[in-house]
Amino acid sequence: MSLYRDEGIVLRTHKLGEADRIITILTKRTGKVRGVAKGVRRTTSKFGARLEPFTHVDVQFHTGRTLDVITQAETIRPYGESLVADYPRYTAGSAMLETADRLTVAEKEPALRQFLLLVGGLRTLVERGHEARLVLDAYFLRSLAVAGYAPALEACAKCRAPAVRAFAIVEGGVVCGACRPPGAAVPAGETIALMTALMRGDWPTADASESRHRSECSGLVAAYLQWHLEHGIRSLKHVEREQVQGERPSPVTASVGSDTAPHPA
Amino acid sequence: MYEGVVQNLIDELGMLPGVGPKSAQRIAFHLLAADPADVKRLAHVLLEVKAKVRFCQVCGNVAAEEQCRICRDARRDPHVICVVEESKDVVAIEKTREFRGRYHVLGGAISPIDGIGPDDLRVRELMTRLADGVVTELILATDPNLEGEATATYLARLVKPMGLKVTRLASGLPVGGDLEYADEVTLGRAFEGRRLLDV
Ligand SMILES: [Zn+2]
Repeated sequence: MSLYRDEGIVLRTHKLGEADRIITILTKRTGKVRGVAKGVRRTTSKFGARLEPFTHVDVQFHTGRTLDVITQAETIRPYGESLVADYPRYTAGSAMLETADRLTVAEKEPALRQFLLLVGGLRTLVERGHEARLVLDAYFLRSLAVAGYAPALEACAKCRAPAVRAFAIVEGGVVCGACRPPGAAVPAGETIALMTALMRGDWPTADASESRHRSECSGLVAAYLQWHLEHGIRSLKHVEREQVQGERPSPVTASVGSDTAPHPA
Repeated sequence: MYEGVVQNLIDELGMLPGVGPKSAQRIAFHLLAADPADVKRLAHVLLEVKAKVRFCQVCGNVAAEEQCRICRDARRDPHVICVVEESKDVVAIEKTREFRGRYHVLGGAISPIDGIGPDDLRVRELMTRLADGVVTELILATDPNLEGEATATYLARLVKPMGLKVTRLASGLPVGGDLEYADEVTLGRAFEGRRLLDV
């Protein structure tokens, strides 16, 4: 049995027994770790709210036989506290945590870039400088890229021809007229430009985009993400767009034509 | 592994919340050693509770009739509704004897990561109850954790156009604890919810 210390973002928690929880944390150096927090559900627990999802924690583990045990936790930044006060941002953040969990399949396999992307995504989300859904789409595109699934956005995914017409999820991005499979979505050029801007972190371009291109971009990105992750991201159907004046809140749908069929099993 | 029916019992008990494999085994052997009449009584109440107990048509609380005891009580203030996640929260609040209004049991909290959104809870039923304008105050008493806070935020925003008084239960330092052990979020909330000390 040995002790080790790391910092990480709490991805999710599961109840265990009477008063314990299993805490899944994406750490900076160790990768994804599942640890037991004993007594955390009691109101008198020394952990308090430190091991709630979204919290950036400095944490000490005791290596255990099956699961490691969390012995100490200090808050670095409690992102959840400001996210829960803003419902669209909370749902977007939830989709980030779920995606980070799904893209880091193996436990204790270092995933520094995924960790940094998640911290960056949560920070951008709570700073409220950009629309929540744009921040989420940027996070999706970049975390997919880190996982090796970057969509082709500038040249045809199949033949590398520069003239592109359609977005074909199964081919891995934009395709030219000749390579375009039947049923591929044909998004506006501005939508592809928005995806490119989000991938690069070009916020001035992204912030200047029109609402209809943002919707189209979200639909494509969501479908692309769901296709690469075998089971869908459950949080995604609960992600809400921020309300524009006088608009009713409505969940963002991820359907964009027949090309978005789920990954064949 | 035990033989057939004993293992089945252990497996079934192990599905109950908070019961691990060790506890399941302990309960199973307790039942094996117990008086047959005691076990029969337990089996009977288990079946009876499933057959007789329903959920109140108005508030969603567990009830023995169409409406729960609280909804049927004309002395309860009809102008205030306290929104909670589960029936057990109604019991906890009733024990304080602080609250004389009515309840609304959501049946859980919003948790996108578990696939639970507002449509999976009794939110629509709450909106129906608020429609006639009798209710003037809504107390949001969801759990003081992430999901509970998000649910409260969602509901507060949803009812905002109705012009109700919306309050949230104060949360903060656990009574009986030491200040130095409180985490930042708990301590921060305690500051937000501080009250005037009138001496
Ligand atoms: Zn009732």
